[in-house]
Amino acid sequence: MRGFCSSSVFIISLLFISGSAGADEPETLWGWLIDFSRAKEVKPVSNLSYQEECGACHFAYPPGLLIEASWRQLLTEKALEDHFGENAELDSEMLNELRSYVFQRTADKSYSKRARKIAYASQGQSDLLRITDVPYIKRKHHEIPDELISGNDKVRLLSQCNTCHTKAEQGDFDDDSVWIPDYGIWNK
Amino acid sequence: MKSLVFGLLACVAAPFAFTSPATDSLLEYYQRDSQVQASISEGKQLWFKSQFINGQERSCTTCHGLDLTLTGKHQRTMKLIEPMSLKVNNKRYMNEKKIEKWFKRNCKWAWGRECTSQEKSDILMFLLAE
Ligand code: HEC
Ligand code: HEC
Ligand code: HEC
Repeated sequence: MRGFCSSSVFIISLLFISGSAGADEPETLWGWLIDFSRAKEVKPVSNLSYQEECGACHFAYPPGLLIEASWRQLLTEKALEDHFGENAELDSEMLNELRSYVFQRTADKSYSKRARKIAYASQGQSDLLRITDVPYIKRKHHEIPDELISGNDKVRLLSQCNTCHTKAEQGDFDDDSVWIPDYGIWNK
Repeated sequence: MKSLVFGLLACVAAPFAFTSPATDSLLEYYQRDSQVQASISEGKQLWFKSQFINGQERSCTTCHGLDLTLTGKHQRTMKLIEPMSLKVNNKRYMNEKKIEKWFKRNCKWAWGRECTSQEKSDILMFLLAE
């Protein structure tokens, strides 16, 4: 009996270790089940190349904010040449690294509550290229008046998530941590 | 005699005080078939030169700002851009690929075309000296 107990404790702790083996690993169902801290919010960006390349002109969006079909359209050589009107070209080696990082962590492959909602709201919409066009995200920001976004020089675009979501870098988009520049806390 | 040589060397080296292996080899590459020396003052003029592109007056300073030791701002997304001057930002100009990539993107954005090697070497000399 003692042997059984200690070996199960051993196995369980092994599983814990492997389940939380670092923010770097793609998610697994098991990892999600035992990892309470991340069960709700999106996984933060954990790849340095992605952070550097995709965080140069704007906040580096965590892969869990869009479904795979969207990322696959955004991350091609051709698409990046005209990326929302900007040149975001990458050499093929870098592009391949980013693709494999992102495609393993898309909203439809994530178990977090937030990512599940995004995946659910994006179902069947294969032409979604913007997080800000995902119906769930649109709905959440529907009531914020334009003067606090486009009329606000410190925000300008809804796509600048981290200007209002103070914990965006940690993947946390909870409305508790919103602070709109030159306005403050949002109480609707 | 020795100190004279060193003195002279120091004078020659002074304008190049801030360089990295990346910028050394890029400058050599840009200058490989040029008769004209790269010039800081030419680079400065190019940096501040503005043009009308897509109905907008644009220059390198549109995003990087007028003072290279201060933080810039991406004109479209408003994202802050770390200062370009090595005096305040020692992470600058360390990677050839990165420098080339942004020259390509930003010249197209600000001037509607890629920069020539001569322009790039002038600008790089200016940026390294600021
Ligand atoms: C040269 C600048 C630049 C680079 C580099 C860049 N982007 Fe963008 N990106 C933009 C601009 C500009 C927009 C449009 C912003 C707007 O109008 O809301 C944008 C928008 C986006 C959007 C849509 C945001 C939304 O929901 O509205 C996504 C997703 C995106 N980029 C992902 C990436 C990824 C992934 C990379 C790295 C491969 C990348 N970007 C690199 C400039 C850039
Ligand atoms: C202008 C500031 C602003 C920007 C920019 C912004 N948000 Fe928000 N966001 C808010 C506010 C305010 C709320 C709360 C809205 C409410 O509850 O009525 C919110 C709510 C949310 C929620 C729901 C949170 C919850 O607890 O239910 C998510 C998810 C979210 N935002 C994601 C994003 C993402 C992703 C981006 C970038 C693509 C973004 N936001 C950009 C202000 C902003
Ligand atoms: C639309 C905005 C924008 C404009 C205009 C712009 N840049 Fe940039 N530039 C950036 C961004 C964003 C980066 C990368 C972010 C970073 O390195 O902090 C960058 C980086 C660079 C780098 C790389 C620096 C390094 O550390 O390796 C060089 C060189 C550069 N820019 C030169 C220029 C030149 C020359 C012009 C004018 C022809 C110009 N830029 C105009 C946005 C701009």
